[in-house]
Amino acid sequence: MSRLAKGGLIDRGRPLGFTFDGRAYQGFEGDTLASALVANDVRLVGRSFKYHRRRGLLTAGGEEPNGIVTIGAGAYAEPNTRATTAWLHEGMEAVSQNRWPSLALDVLSVNQLFAPIFVAGFYYKTFMWPKSFWEKLYEPAIRRAAGLGALSGRPDPDSYDRMHGFCDLLVIGGGPAGLAAALVAGRAGLRVILANEDARFGGRLLSERQRIDGQSGPEWAGAVEEELRALPNVTLLARTLVFGVYDGCEYGAVERLADQPVAGGAKPRQRLWKIEARQAVLTAGAIERPLVFAGNDRPGVMMASAISTYVNRFAAAPGRRAAIFTTTDSGWQAAADLVAAGVDLAAVIDPRPDLPAGAETLMRAGVDCLGGAMVRETHGRNLKAITVVRADGRTRRIEVDLLGVSGGWNPSIGIASNLGARPVWSDALATFLIDRAPPGLRAAGAAAGRFGLADALRDGADAGIAAVTALGRTTPTPPVWRSTEEDTGAAPLWHVPGGKAKAFVDFQHDVTDADIGLAAREGFVSVEHLKRYTTLGMATDQGKTSQVNGHALLAAATGKSIAQAGTIMARPPYLPVAIGALAGHHREADYRPVRLTAAHDWAVARGATFVDAGLWRRPRWFARPGEHDWSETVRREAVAVRSGVGVCDVSTLGKIEVHGPDAGLLLDRLYINTMSTLPLGKARYGVMLREDGIVLDDGTVTRFGPERFYLTTTTANAAKVMQHIDFARQVIWPELDVQAASVSEQWSTYAVAGPRSRDVLRTVFSDLSLDDSALPFMGAHEFRWQGKAARIFRVSFSGERAYEVAVPALLGKALMEALFEAGLPYGIVPYGTEAQTLMRIEKGHAAGPELNGQTSAADLGLGRMMSKKKDFIGRALSERPGMADPDRPTLVGLKPVRSTDRLPAGAHLMPEFGTPRAADDQGWISSSTFSPSLGHWIAIAFVRNGPTRIGERLRLYDPLRGAEGLVEICSPVFVDPEGSRVRG
Amino acid sequence: MRIPCPYCGNRDSSEFSYRSDAAPVRPAADAPVAAFHDYVYLRDNPAGPISEHWYHAAGCRAWLVVTRDTRTHEISAAAIAQEFVR
Amino acid sequence: MRNALSGHKKWQPAWRDAAPREAYDIIIVGGGGHGLATAHYLASVHGITNVAVIEKGWIGGGNVGRNTTIVRANYLLEGNEPFYEWSLRLWEGLEQDLNYNAMMSQRGVLNLFHSDAQRDAAARRGNAMLLHGSDAELLDRDAVRKLAPFLNFDSARFPIEGGLLQRRGGSARHDAVAWGYARAASGRGVDIIQNCEVLGFLRDARGAVTGVETTRGAIRAGKVGIAVAGNSSRVAGMAGLRLPIESHVLQAFVSEALKPVIPGVITFGAAHFYISQSDKGGLVFGGDVDGYNSYAQRGNLPIVEDTCESAMALMPMIGRARLLRSWGGIMDMSMDGSPIIDRAPVDGLYVNAGWCYGGFKATPASGWCFAHLLATDRPHEVATAYRLDRFATGRIIDEKGQGPQPNLH
Repeated sequence: MSRLAKGGLIDRGRPLGFTFDGRAYQGFEGDTLASALVANDVRLVGRSFKYHRRRGLLTAGGEEPNGIVTIGAGAYAEPNTRATTAWLHEGMEAVSQNRWPSLALDVLSVNQLFAPIFVAGFYYKTFMWPKSFWEKLYEPAIRRAAGLGALSGRPDPDSYDRMHGFCDLLVIGGGPAGLAAALVAGRAGLRVILANEDARFGGRLLSERQRIDGQSGPEWAGAVEEELRALPNVTLLARTLVFGVYDGCEYGAVERLADQPVAGGAKPRQRLWKIEARQAVLTAGAIERPLVFAGNDRPGVMMASAISTYVNRFAAAPGRRAAIFTTTDSGWQAAADLVAAGVDLAAVIDPRPDLPAGAETLMRAGVDCLGGAMVRETHGRNLKAITVVRADGRTRRIEVDLLGVSGGWNPSIGIASNLGARPVWSDALATFLIDRAPPGLRAAGAAAGRFGLADALRDGADAGIAAVTALGRTTPTPPVWRSTEEDTGAAPLWHVPGGKAKAFVDFQHDVTDADIGLAAREGFVSVEHLKRYTTLGMATDQGKTSQVNGHALLAAATGKSIAQAGTIMARPPYLPVAIGALAGHHREADYRPVRLTAAHDWAVARGATFVDAGLWRRPRWFARPGEHDWSETVRREAVAVRSGVGVCDVSTLGKIEVHGPDAGLLLDRLYINTMSTLPLGKARYGVMLREDGIVLDDGTVTRFGPERFYLTTTTANAAKVMQHIDFARQVIWPELDVQAASVSEQWSTYAVAGPRSRDVLRTVFSDLSLDDSALPFMGAHEFRWQGKAARIFRVSFSGERAYEVAVPALLGKALMEALFEAGLPYGIVPYGTEAQTLMRIEKGHAAGPELNGQTSAADLGLGRMMSKKKDFIGRALSERPGMADPDRPTLVGLKPVRSTDRLPAGAHLMPEFGTPRAADDQGWISSSTFSPSLGHWIAIAFVRNGPTRIGERLRLYDPLRGAEGLVEICSPVFVDPEGSRVRG
Repeated sequence: MRIPCPYCGNRDSSEFSYRSDAAPVRPAADAPVAAFHDYVYLRDNPAGPISEHWYHAAGCRAWLVVTRDTRTHEISAAAIAQEFVR
Repeated sequence: MRNALSGHKKWQPAWRDAAPREAYDIIIVGGGGHGLATAHYLASVHGITNVAVIEKGWIGGGNVGRNTTIVRANYLLEGNEPFYEWSLRLWEGLEQDLNYNAMMSQRGVLNLFHSDAQRDAAARRGNAMLLHGSDAELLDRDAVRKLAPFLNFDSARFPIEGGLLQRRGGSARHDAVAWGYARAASGRGVDIIQNCEVLGFLRDARGAVTGVETTRGAIRAGKVGIAVAGNSSRVAGMAGLRLPIESHVLQAFVSEALKPVIPGVITFGAAHFYISQSDKGGLVFGGDVDGYNSYAQRGNLPIVEDTCESAMALMPMIGRARLLRSWGGIMDMSMDGSPIIDRAPVDGLYVNAGWCYGGFKATPASGWCFAHLLATDRPHEVATAYRLDRFATGRIIDEKGQGPQPNLH
């Protein structure tokens, strides 16, 4: 065990058992998986992506490239989880990834032997010959080897939540600067949201031994947190990652609510926050840069700041004998932390000739403090020793099992470039900083390059004050906190030459210093090309520890300054976010809402089978016991309507009221035919075009008053038509005095169809005159039923005598029941969409498959409806030669030459003789059905110049399904072409 | 992105339908077909500020003329289309 | 391989980073996939090598480097299908043609359908594909389940009824396509000029285009072709043209790397959503355009959520995979959803534009046909429908039937 005897922010009274690769270990409440592994002396935690090299923990935070594991089992397995931010819980099962058969013995580590081939861009230049080998051999092999963890293949058993947040100030990161900013703004009364990725507030204060106002860091952070919690205007979100900045000062964040499975998914696992923040301050701290030297990836090489975190926060020593290789003053702090924790510190190696102030104390403690020196090489499978080279060229081997490295600090400014501003290089701080921040956002503390604690506290407070002032409140007095003024000196060292082993820049993707040199030689000299060619920064850590080093090496290789080479823009999310969290509740059956009609339950009770029509769920058919398949049911329903009476719920049709002195004029401009001449109490079929001359929708228009019209639309286009009408009256012709409103959900509508339909209606509406003289075909009445407004329309889709009755939706179910009961003596059947479709095909009516956004009125055989006396939307562009071309496929009917042949919709039509050629394509079948009236299949089709070719034969072309046969072109009206039945 | 609807206040863009450049005006009924072609099909498509039509479909159902920069998505104005003077 | 064993010291730049010369026979504006492919075919098919490709930034930095890498030829309309089938055939021989591995991977493209009407439409399309010599299979629900058992068959809002499968479809490594074409074209003498932005066109007394004004000076040319999808309106505008195009942002998404789980490309039929898995293991997916005109290469949360909702509707195992990165590309959304490869109404100027979502898979055929047009002044036979005047003549190619509203295509 490497657990230190005392200290740390762990609860030693609450031990937690967990397993890693099947072996049982113990940690404590407050541990991360990573710290618990450190405390249990587990050094090998993963394998790298390409070479499958042995890797140990590099960091103690979200930037971790190596310690990537799968947590949980079965459907709960969560691959690619960073051990450094996985909070330990009782029973946690973690397994390593990307190795076979085991982490210690990984067969694919032979890739290292072929490393000379697997350099940057190796895929592109190799694996090509002979031709078939790429797809048959190489690619499958590469695919199998690729990837990290595995998905379970089973539905994610957890649930996810969504929340909107609104605040005056969003503070992103709860370290010293963030706490200071939140406190100032909170005390001033601003609505503050403080989001902190860590479970505990304090940031670096939890990892270091600084003191503020005489308190330890964690004590100070705890006190500030307590004060913030007491403020009603402040919301503290722990375990919440702000992952992206979006337009309109919107921030995406994800809160981890429950990392371990909660029984029955009762509690959501994570919550997506969408936060609107008038001001924001980015106090996400900074990430320490690794150093690039030979063998810098051996387990045992760790960031100096991570060593401080493991030792101070988790009381876990990552090694027994350590050295520190640092170019920063902060690295010396880690050295002091090791000594304070009682870990044997052999040496501190600093390339700078002048050692910082802290060196003296360490020297007195017996630590070798080597200025002007560098680590040139490391040794051992896990780290056993390092080779140090002094300024004079002498080398020295030092036996250590832990090497802390510190190459400088990169502010965590990723989200600040989400809106498209590239960070700029600061020579003074040797790092990239925000140039143009998103509106309302500023960085403070280490994220702004204020690396010293006292500086960060002041900067955080200033940011809070700035937010208060920007929102027009009285400027508060800045609080004063006393803390150590730290040395933050650093001298960047981008590369240590002379080592034999590989020197890694991107640890997870195995990008080395040599790869970057090679990319530069091949002309990939922009940072964007470098990223794409070498995959630098494209692993799960998105280059948080590698990007800047890589760009510095590219700059050196191309003879540019780092400022000239530049850096890339970070894309959201800042850290990977579960796709389940982004989807929230909208998944599987709850993906989209379901719209049900008022008589839905009635249809359920009648045994209906339903079908989705957009968001609506409509009865498709009503099967009876003993019916063998759906087609038998549907034919029975159609026959019942044609011979007796049926009732169909048509409430899903769109319904729109258009009122006003100019209502008729507007409708004339919306429809191809004239509506202003419609008499009161009359309905008319109408067709609307888009401005490009293609049919938008069809339906009926009924006039109930001089200035009062009622429109129906198809179910699918209800919203589109409403929008179209609003555009016409508000934008194109704003001068018209006309109003329009959707009433689709206000009215429930039922079609009662068949020769006995009037008999049924007479029973239900005994006061209503239903004589053909009072209510002829295409007539309409308003009346009252059960004391409420009701409407009846003598319209027909089936071709039979038929009526549509509309009542307020609350009465819908009651009306359906009344109609059905009244119809029983007449043998009424409920019928669904399939019988409806069957009958409309028999009548040659166009519907969804014909109104597909590609057909004109003329294509549908409705060209003659287009008024020549008025302008309407779509008129002008219908005159274009391509639209007026008679060779366009036009709607006709088809019947099979051999009466038993089936006519599948989707089949193409070819000339009767000859081999099918694309150039000879004559058209296609849009809708088809078996016609009980005719006893054979019929179809509606679009055929080139179709109406002039009645009687001609064509050949089905349907190799996809193997359907064959000859068809004859005919009129699309198969039943009652004279239209006598509809009139009774 | 939030759109400052003059009726409804700042609302998320997902409540709106979009219909692009508000500048083209439907030609008079007697205009040649070519004028309708230009109106329906041709766009300036500027990189910069553009006045465009948004429809508050999940709100007040007003068509708006919103002025927005296509490079930054920054919205500088929103007016009711029916009252908008070109 | 020899270089690999000699320590990689001998690798030369993949393409020459050329400085502009005074004049060329042909200048291609735009160093993306289409522009570089055009240059390659001008040189290799037509023997025209006095060609420059000028690029305002770095080659391959636009849409060829930010798409979801899908390659397919599953179109319905006669104006489209022959073109995309030709493109697919060029893809199939691309690695040998370029001597560069674009990692073309024909693991199939499966378009799911969820209703009888969608099935019939898929059948019509599949038959059209077969008629044009492409491949297509209609799968029922059980066959889909066999192919992709992880799809949501048991509690779907829009149950899967079947799918239209094109086995020859798949994906390719997008960046490598640009680099491969650049390398091949450069090898035949084409100048690839980076960091050279067009500021305007040189015109003669008759108004004909005779070259370009750039940030690196004036360059004369016999013909100028523009292949700058995303920015076509801006560049064409410099020659006084207004195009039937709007620029829209399309987001794309990739997950962390995972062990192979998704075979080929799968598209959802109940909403716009498509997904495949890269050779590295990342799930690459996308959905609708954000829906508003944009030149900013980034989008907003509603589409992120919408796309992830579709993902969870279709394959609920994906909830525990993490989104690694999202980004945006600027699409040339045309008024009928189909592209333009045509002479401009200005002499000397040629337009390759309007690729909507479909630009990547079109790269080889687009280059081939644009090169043909530039070399011969006649449209290639598989691209005759891609005329600029089709909106005036009414011979539109509206695959989706959405009409002149670019954000719906």
